[in-house]
Amino acid sequence: MSRRRAEETIAKVLMIGATVTVLGSLVLILGTIVWRGLPALNLEMLTQTPKGGYYLGKEGGILNAIVGSFYLAGGGTLLALVISLPIALYLQIYAARTRRAELARLALDVLWGIPSIVYGAFGFIIMLAVGMRASLLGGIITLALLELPIIVRGMDEAITLVPNALREASLALGATRLETAIKVVIRQTAPALLTAVLLAFGRGIGDAASVLFTAGYTDRLPDSLLSPAASLPLAVFFQLGTPFPAVRERAYAAALVLTVIVLAISLISRRLAGRLTKHVIR
Amino acid sequence: MAECHICTKDLNVWYHDEQALKKITLEIPPRGITAIIGPSGCGKSTLLKSLNRLLEETEGVRVTGQVLIDDVDIYGPGVDVTEVRTRIGMLAPKPFPLPMSIYDNVAYGPRIHRQRLFLKQGRPRTKGNGSILDQVVQDHLQVAGLWDEVKDRLRSPASRLSTGQQQRLCLARALAVEPEALLCDEPTSALDPISAQRIEKQLQALKADMTIVVVTHILRQARRLADYVVFMWLGELVEAGPAAQVFNSPRDERTGNYLAGITG
Repeated sequence: MSRRRAEETIAKVLMIGATVTVLGSLVLILGTIVWRGLPALNLEMLTQTPKGGYYLGKEGGILNAIVGSFYLAGGGTLLALVISLPIALYLQIYAARTRRAELARLALDVLWGIPSIVYGAFGFIIMLAVGMRASLLGGIITLALLELPIIVRGMDEAITLVPNALREASLALGATRLETAIKVVIRQTAPALLTAVLLAFGRGIGDAASVLFTAGYTDRLPDSLLSPAASLPLAVFFQLGTPFPAVRERAYAAALVLTVIVLAISLISRRLAGRLTKHVIR
Repeated sequence: MAECHICTKDLNVWYHDEQALKKITLEIPPRGITAIIGPSGCGKSTLLKSLNRLLEETEGVRVTGQVLIDDVDIYGPGVDVTEVRTRIGMLAPKPFPLPMSIYDNVAYGPRIHRQRLFLKQGRPRTKGNGSILDQVVQDHLQVAGLWDEVKDRLRSPASRLSTGQQQRLCLARALAVEPEALLCDEPTSALDPISAQRIEKQLQALKADMTIVVVTHILRQARRLADYVVFMWLGELVEAGPAAQVFNSPRDERTGNYLAGITG
């Protein structure tokens, strides 16, 4: 009896330890960013592009990176979504448990595991081949590739959980598979689909390596799809590498902005998902 | 049984290598309630689902033989499966409302079929459809005996109804497509006795106008509802006939044993 109780205690301590480690890391990360970044954060940082002497710690802000990041991740997520939804529906509605679908899933899982720098290098090679320069469009396409497997697999898993009886309820009324997919399956899985998309957006907006070669970096706001675009992760990267403390502080400010954006997105998605669950059948 | 609405001829069904239905030849007369009875796993639900081709949504299913509805083989070439399922409605064991409002659940079938009709004929939607649809929804909710309980909250999610209400909603939803037959797969198995009784009552009211097939393993329910009875045993059709005859003087020993409570 005492041995079993000891085991129980050990297990409990291990679990609490693991939880504390994770929550502790989160607090440490957030704390560091806030502590280092907040002093450098002001309205100028958020509303101005880099001005003269910016990289020496003088005038200007990171608006170029904020706007660039939203364009890049927003465009990339939108593009990935447009391609992903048909793939996810096809895998579930028409291909279901066929070998073709399993092969596609395997491919997507492999794609998911590929490091983003490889996507960046791949995008760069393609762009060189077609004579394209580092640009917003290049970054968007590369990010879309990076986000695609995340969205498809997320949606795929969500749609798998739709009860068969629910699909049959629609089919039994004389609906086609397509009608069932669009009118029933998408509504039933809406919260999970949204979560998959925002997860991918979060990955996209935080990724530095894939946009390094493909979108480049600039002090200006992108004015067309073909002009280069800055991004927050690269703003952090470049500014942390300078010898000037004032500029390094700005890197933390950029990191803080990035973190706040990701946090806001996940809070908003929770609210939205909650609203979408209204009709979901359990 | 002189005339026959839904007939099967030498119907065989396999799940992968396992044969679930063995040479079923059956005649279901028009109108009235036909009860399919038998112990669990005897193929009752499989038979039912083969009648509206919902069976083929299950993985690894193979069907041979014929299912004739008004003498047309629904497994024949060129048959539109959605049309089959529009003519032959279905009520599942556990109610599954669609993930939308009460109103939209009932309007779901009419909407998709009207859409399809207009796509085919290329006609624009006529104005005032909304009020026609409102009427369709109200009529069928009334027939299903749910109208009074939901008329003030038609736009609220169907998922918030009780299980018994949900099953009546599913009934209204199925009827709104105006099928000529209704297949009910243990339609009261998830319900409390009061809700079950309401469903039974509604089925009895409907049987004057449509062919109703009820799968049940509740013998008392079959006795209450059935005009015709089909007894199945391990994938075989053992006996079929008018309820009084099958219940009172079964011809096959297996039917007798099952009815007497010796087997199953």
